[in-house]
Amino acid sequence: MNEFSVVLENVSKIFTEEGKHEIVAVDGVSLTIRKGEIFTLVGPDGAGKTTMIRMMCGVIPPSQGSIEVTGLRMDFHLSEIKTRIGYLAQRFSLYGDLTVDENIDFFAEIHKVRDYERRKLELLDFMRLSPFRGRLAERLSGGMKQKLALACTLIHTPQIIFLDEPTTGVDPVSRRDFWKILSSVLRSGISIVMATPYLDEAERSSRVALINEGKILMCDTPEHVKASFPLNVMEIVCEDPRKAMGLLKGGKGFQSIELFGDRLHIVFDSAKAAMEETLENLRTLGVPATGRTISPSLEDVFISKISR
Amino acid sequence: MIQERNDSYAVVVEGLTKTFGPFTAVDDMHFKVRKGEIFGFLGPNGAGKSTTIRMLCGLLAPTTGGAMVGGYDVGKDPDSVKAIIGYMSQRFSLYDDLTVEQNIRFYGGIYGLPGSRLEERKSWAIEMAGLKGKAGSLTRTLSGGWKQRLALGCAILHEPPIVFLDEPTGGVDPVSRRNFWDLIYALSSAGTTVFVTTHYLDEAEHCNTIGLIYSGRLIAFGSPTELKHKLDQYKILEVVCGNPVDAMDALQTQPWVVETSIFGSAFHVSTTGLQDPEESIRSELTRQGIPVDRIEGIPPSLEDVFIHLIAEEDKQ
Repeated sequence: MNEFSVVLENVSKIFTEEGKHEIVAVDGVSLTIRKGEIFTLVGPDGAGKTTMIRMMCGVIPPSQGSIEVTGLRMDFHLSEIKTRIGYLAQRFSLYGDLTVDENIDFFAEIHKVRDYERRKLELLDFMRLSPFRGRLAERLSGGMKQKLALACTLIHTPQIIFLDEPTTGVDPVSRRDFWKILSSVLRSGISIVMATPYLDEAERSSRVALINEGKILMCDTPEHVKASFPLNVMEIVCEDPRKAMGLLKGGKGFQSIELFGDRLHIVFDSAKAAMEETLENLRTLGVPATGRTISPSLEDVFISKISR
Repeated sequence: MIQERNDSYAVVVEGLTKTFGPFTAVDDMHFKVRKGEIFGFLGPNGAGKSTTIRMLCGLLAPTTGGAMVGGYDVGKDPDSVKAIIGYMSQRFSLYDDLTVEQNIRFYGGIYGLPGSRLEERKSWAIEMAGLKGKAGSLTRTLSGGWKQRLALGCAILHEPPIVFLDEPTGGVDPVSRRNFWDLIYALSSAGTTVFVTTHYLDEAEHCNTIGLIYSGRLIAFGSPTELKHKLDQYKILEVVCGNPVDAMDALQTQPWVVETSIFGSAFHVSTTGLQDPEESIRSELTRQGIPVDRIEGIPPSLEDVFIHLIAEEDKQ
């Protein structure tokens, strides 16, 4: 058995519109996603996340390169692959005028699943949607719609699911709930590939690929990505962080200074510990402060990589 | 009734209540927002955030109680309130089939800016949004980050002292979000009061003060640091182990476990009533045959605060 869920080899996607320049949406990407992973594609709008997911789901063909999903080659086994995967698109398509139950039935039927009644009850229970089976989908809250869409994606018991920005616009309580459900999905042996613009979500995944302009900048566990960051990061706490920011901003030696309500977050432009010096500077300028070295966030790494 | 004007506050909310038939959307809310402050107004969907903001913007009359915004009573003098605030919604309210410049002119017209001032503010907005050379571009061709900055420019074209931003960063990428917060800080440093709602709690860390609402009531109020101290009674730990999903399952049934949440090859567990939670976790996982690589105490995130305070409310 193949231990990989998805293998991309040198995959590109070039869109051509009549009379316009070619757009290279995905540019020579190689990538392997293992079984049992939550794998996150993270990057800005237009980085190519959705195009990558669509190619992995066989919705659009690559212009170049090869794609394997669950050990099968996409160009030979597209219809078999489609039975093995689930795809939750960015604007997921529930039928507002069908009930919760009817939506699931509909998806079961288009996937030609037989005897899905037990699976349906399991999923409804799992998503805590059982009390709402008869409710029209359009009358569900945002978080509930999202869970119903996920149930529809799972009805045919896929081996791997692809989620395109599933939590955009969802509130924190529903988001945490959604992540609980994802960890149960993972436990049932289903691999998860998701695209997100949010780096705090990427922190929760097994491995993360940082994507910009159709290329993978880096692909590793969140810990390794952060550990690879060569620069020094420091947090400064003082009475008046805005004043401190104003004093430091023009100075040399910083890659970025970010202001938070009651503190500053500084990324130095070298690995050299300039912390004492910075604190001393602030003290001389009349802003006594305390500081400590902190580990970089994924956001620090990402912003530093793409602003180069 | 609010008699006094309080000069150091941009927003003073006293007993603000809104009912729709039998449903109380906003329930006896009290809080104050200082001038020039960045105030984060957080809560799950349906908590009453939008209803509160609509009342504070003079768009909806309170049922009882009231609020002063920029010195005007939102119930008695909503038109004066509307004139001194800026409002930007998550849908950005831009016309996609108009150019950047036409959108700015449209908003200038709504705010009644005279010609010379409009020209001046138009240049300012284009510069601020980083749209120099793109004044003639159709708005629909702009990326999310640009649209967002243009929408902010339009919302504050008339230089209001108070600006309401309702989920301004939904679906916007990390670099644009960081730029956007730089703009918000610049506004606030220049004295503008910023009242912002967001679902992203890493963003709420940028606020000076946060109000958390749930079921129409204010359940917590303070700086991000103060709010985190509310969780001192819970100890939160990060556990790194080979199989976090099984380990979470194993702990979930323990009475001292409040919450578990997956983070890649680790998970976070929040505990209550334990002297030495690290030891309890280690021995429970060992007993169940799950090897542990590392356990360490971590400070709560604002998301932890949010989830815990809401769970406590639900228990009551």
